[in-house]
Amino acid sequence: MTKNNIESKVVLMQGNEAVARGAIDAGVNFFAGYPITPSTEIAEICSVELPKRGGKFIQMEDEIASISAIIGASLAGAKTMTATSGPGFSLMQEGIGFAKMTETPCVVVNVMRGGPSTGLPTKPSQADIMQTRWGNHGDAPAIVLYPDSVLESYELAIRAVNLSEKYRTCVVLLLDEVLGHMREAVTLPDLAKVKIINRIKPTIPPEWYKHYEDNPKYIHPLASYGEGYRFHVTGLAHDAYGFPTNRADETAVMMERLDKKIKHHLNDLVQIESFYMDDARTAIFAAGISARAAKTAVLMARKSGKKVGLLRPLTIWPFPDDAIRKYMKNVRNIFVPELNQGQLLNEVKRAMGGVWNYESRRSRKIIPIQKNDGQLITPADIINKMKEVK
Amino acid sequence: MGKRIFKKEIRLSGSGGQGLITAGIILARAAVLDKANVTQMQSYGPESRGGASRADVIISNAEFYYPEATRFDVLLALTQEACDKYSVNLKDDGILIADNTFVKNISLLDTEIYELPFTDIAHKKLGTKLPTNIITLGFLVRKTDVVSEASLKKAVTNSVKPQYVDLNNKALKIGYKLADEYIKKD
Repeated sequence: MTKNNIESKVVLMQGNEAVARGAIDAGVNFFAGYPITPSTEIAEICSVELPKRGGKFIQMEDEIASISAIIGASLAGAKTMTATSGPGFSLMQEGIGFAKMTETPCVVVNVMRGGPSTGLPTKPSQADIMQTRWGNHGDAPAIVLYPDSVLESYELAIRAVNLSEKYRTCVVLLLDEVLGHMREAVTLPDLAKVKIINRIKPTIPPEWYKHYEDNPKYIHPLASYGEGYRFHVTGLAHDAYGFPTNRADETAVMMERLDKKIKHHLNDLVQIESFYMDDARTAIFAAGISARAAKTAVLMARKSGKKVGLLRPLTIWPFPDDAIRKYMKNVRNIFVPELNQGQLLNEVKRAMGGVWNYESRRSRKIIPIQKNDGQLITPADIINKMKEVK
Repeated sequence: MGKRIFKKEIRLSGSGGQGLITAGIILARAAVLDKANVTQMQSYGPESRGGASRADVIISNAEFYYPEATRFDVLLALTQEACDKYSVNLKDDGILIADNTFVKNISLLDTEIYELPFTDIAHKKLGTKLPTNIITLGFLVRKTDVVSEASLKKAVTNSVKPQYVDLNNKALKIGYKLADEYIKKD
């Protein structure tokens, strides 16, 4: 674990450490997990830091138990998080669906490694992007954040906790193996100026309380167990009190709420970075560690007079469809570098008008740059591909 | 007048257990103390000892994005395998530092090469192979000035357990001395 007894405010910090510190600063006081490379440091730091602040750390017997524990603790009022990687993330899917269905705030960190299965534990991959969207069964939108630097890992960890509290749902923080293990010089922001969001508590008497009360904003106050408010929690379709229902009208209200509480707040949820996009004729769309290579490639291309820019999603789900359409309007070619077989590529194609449109229009190409052998895409890989495509 | 922009890409390579990642972290901490921009990245296998291991440190006074070293200003190679694999990506004016306890063949022309049996020296002078990484770090920093020696010393002190501070400071001095004496031999 990194020691930061350095005098200046600038510290050398690891991505995983930044996640743990961000989460703790955002108020996480309960962590249950099953350590797995490359996310282990998050559990390690939480195990040291949480007890010091009156929080709880539990090492569970597996990932299914871990996600269940953080959902339970959250229902009892705690701000909760777990951290894992591919194999554990697969095991957590049922629990993630349960958290979304029961509208229970919690944060799951997935530090991606090579897959499928146990794959490449110490190598980078971006192949869980679609799993974070569609991993759990059933229709449920996802909120997934994806940083590209150590400082941003800290900031987005705070944001993940905030959004989970605000929207009463499971938020996934996606990290690359390289970023989780990488160290950078960072200056953490003044915590007094960081906005921390806590769940809204009911103000009505307990006998009036509905755990899933309808609300024009689709987000409603959340009581904790032990505060005198009685409510039922089930993964079955439920009514406003949380009791199982088979009625179509009640089910429709519930499903609409799950969907709309995300779709009606896209302005709040979607975050993108536009890097030299204003006058760009060629664009790169990349996230996470591949965006770091893309930024260097943009600067290299700009040096030789080429108008290249990068559009980077910080929120990967909900997908920034509108931003892509807006920024890519005057762009000829879009390059999509990613450490998988085209998970972002297909989303960009969809946002840009679908595969039919793309193939019929000769003027605009969407070009993949892909690796899934455990190595990073380098700036040179991107530059070389650009030279190939005229 | 703008300051001269420098960017140094350093790769420390060898096998798991030789302390390369620790050395990379210490070097990066020293760079932070020098108020430079720095990233430290690592690559290793699933095993805790053995297997190829490496740490990349990039130090610059300007902002940069890609964290992996691609063309090295300095390459430290503590195994033959690492030397063979990475020496081709040295810059033309790059420096190779090799531990000839393990590195027996170097097939590079026109490159500044320093060969010393660092591991043997550590064993002989300190009675343990463990601080080999710190000896090589001392050697590397005196030869290349990628970080200041004051910061390096502070970073070593901050990074190791209190009971090993003396041992590692001794190792650092051995590294400096080896670097000074190497010039004399030439």
